[in-house]
Amino acid sequence: MEVNNTNEDWLYEITPKRKLIDLNYKEIWRYRDLLILFVKRDIITAYKQTILGPLWYFIQPLFTSVIFTLVFNNIANINTGGVPPFLFNLTGITAWNYFSTCLTGTSNTFVSNQGLFGKVYFPRVIMPLSTTISNLLKFGIQLIILSFFYVYYYIKGAEISPNLNLLLFPLYVLMMALMGLGLGMIISALTTKYRDLTVLVGFAVTLLMYISAVPYPLKEIINNKPQFAWVVQYNPITHIIEGFRFMILDTGIFTWFGFTYTLGFSISIFLLGLIIFNRTEKTFIDTV
Amino acid sequence: MSIILKAENISKQYRLGSVGTGSLQHDFNRWWHYLRGKEDPYLKIGSINNRTDKAQGDYVWALKDINFEVNSGEVLGIIGKNGAGKSTLLKILSRVTSPTTGSIKTKGRIASLLEVGTGFHGELSGRENIYMNGAVLGMTRKEITLKLDAIIDFSGCELYIDTPVKRYSSGMTVRLGFAVAAHLEPEILVVDEVLAVGDAEFQKKAIGKMQDLSQGEGRTVLFVSHNMAAVKNLCTRALLIDNGLSNLEGDVEQVIEKYLENNYKIEDSISLSNHEDRKGNGDVILSSVSVYGENRNKFPKSGNPINFEFCFENKYNYSSKDIIVEFRIDDNIGQRILWNSSEMSTENIEEPLRSIKVSMNKCILNKGSYQVTTHIKAKGNVTDWIQNAFSFYVEAGMFYTTGIEVPTSQSKILANFEYQFND
Repeated sequence: MEVNNTNEDWLYEITPKRKLIDLNYKEIWRYRDLLILFVKRDIITAYKQTILGPLWYFIQPLFTSVIFTLVFNNIANINTGGVPPFLFNLTGITAWNYFSTCLTGTSNTFVSNQGLFGKVYFPRVIMPLSTTISNLLKFGIQLIILSFFYVYYYIKGAEISPNLNLLLFPLYVLMMALMGLGLGMIISALTTKYRDLTVLVGFAVTLLMYISAVPYPLKEIINNKPQFAWVVQYNPITHIIEGFRFMILDTGIFTWFGFTYTLGFSISIFLLGLIIFNRTEKTFIDTV
Repeated sequence: MSIILKAENISKQYRLGSVGTGSLQHDFNRWWHYLRGKEDPYLKIGSINNRTDKAQGDYVWALKDINFEVNSGEVLGIIGKNGAGKSTLLKILSRVTSPTTGSIKTKGRIASLLEVGTGFHGELSGRENIYMNGAVLGMTRKEITLKLDAIIDFSGCELYIDTPVKRYSSGMTVRLGFAVAAHLEPEILVVDEVLAVGDAEFQKKAIGKMQDLSQGEGRTVLFVSHNMAAVKNLCTRALLIDNGLSNLEGDVEQVIEKYLENNYKIEDSISLSNHEDRKGNGDVILSSVSVYGENRNKFPKSGNPINFEFCFENKYNYSSKDIIVEFRIDDNIGQRILWNSSEMSTENIEEPLRSIKVSMNKCILNKGSYQVTTHIKAKGNVTDWIQNAFSFYVEAGMFYTTGIEVPTSQSKILANFEYQFND
């Protein structure tokens, strides 16, 4: 029997226990068309049967920026340096949006796809990956509006100019994606059995925005509330938002320490997310 | 023939009851054991998957130590009662969930059809959904494009192919889903009987396609069904699962026979006291029934004796003169076969009636399962009337001394005829 087994070459084996990270790259590659289709589906169906259609991609960040400008800059008088407040907010929101849509989109992977996951097998990680990629496309669209207003303010003579950090742009996008995906995968895995976190995610993401220096510059909180500044400073997302604004508006604080800290953090959170996701995906259907 | 799939000691444990603080406590305990490098403490316990028993503890083994092998090109039928663990096995095979212990080794890609139309999105058109569904089932874009025309043709939804699927009738959605599934080309296909829901025409198409796949193209198929006729037609071998245990593996006929035998076990008596769906004033009710052959340990067989013993609850101690017991035997699809009444008998007793034994020396029922409807009247009033009160199974027997069996599709009743051959 033993001899027999070694002679036979099995394609794969279904067993209860698996390695820590068990990503079958070949298999994921084989399912690449599915990934593309999921991304397409997300994009196509998001605003079907709406009159404005894809225009909603523009409206959402624009309106949020207008409100932020009114509330934080006109009423609360937050100082954005020499940068036009509207542009400041739009930049922060565009970056924040990508992170937060990745997080919320992937955080319910298991619960919202249980019907599909309960019927067929495909590498489960395809699902959060597709969310991240389709959000990347939306992010791209929102970058277009951002650059439109950027040029507008630039011509009007605002004190803005991109700096050399712009070379780090791909890394910033990667960090946002990894962090959103990693956190999202952790939450999605933890919510398969106990739903407490789903309730939390709903409002925690909004709260997180306020401690990530999105509607205000990091400098403001260091100057005005130094006793609470550490909360914002140690939040890795702050460094993404600040760094993002720094490279295109040349405003705010950029430190290499903050950058490497955030890069390290996002890679670890992604790996952790992958491990937890992997452990959960094989039996989640029994407990979901 | 070579082995294409091999299952070794497959077990699957489930937790009973709902998820709450109790399960959280177990999770911590399990984690604590894991940290210390010990075995999962809850793996040792767990009751056998018998849904009619009262649960002992919080865990149940939906499957326990299932072993089987499948040769390539074979159609293996998996049969068993509801809740026996068939679907759990399919879920493990199709990698939707993993086994608690044991392993399955395979040499080919497994595609499962636990449901047609998985991954359909209402907002997408039929064509887009073909791609979507095909990709979910493991096809690549190229493969789908090659087969697109054939799929559309098979589905018969050409007119609607660019309309969102949410506008489709439910039948059209199923057809489209099946069309995609039918064009899958995995080495091993796992099919649940849900495939066979739908109208008669669709069922025929589905079964026909399965036959093509297995016989025409030599595909390996695992087929789960309650439909014994379909299993007999399609499968070359069968596996019987009973209460999560693999009971028998082997020749289709043999396994089906065993399955039917298990389902119509000779019990001492079938209790009817708690039967809810009954009419009548309740003065005299049928409390239990036993059906047996030559003696209490034998099944009724065609041509052998068959006995029915009806026991009553007789509140007002009526004698047999005041009570009329009638019963009707229907076949498994509800066609009326025989009717009889205690009025046919001239025998009477003065004492309160407690039971009646009705016998036939030579059972004229052909093999198969039958249902019995009972009707009791006392002093002119209906006291107890139970539609489909109980069922029983008649085994094939030597009704004719030649041993020839009459196909059940031809006749449910057997009779002796005189043949006279003249020149």
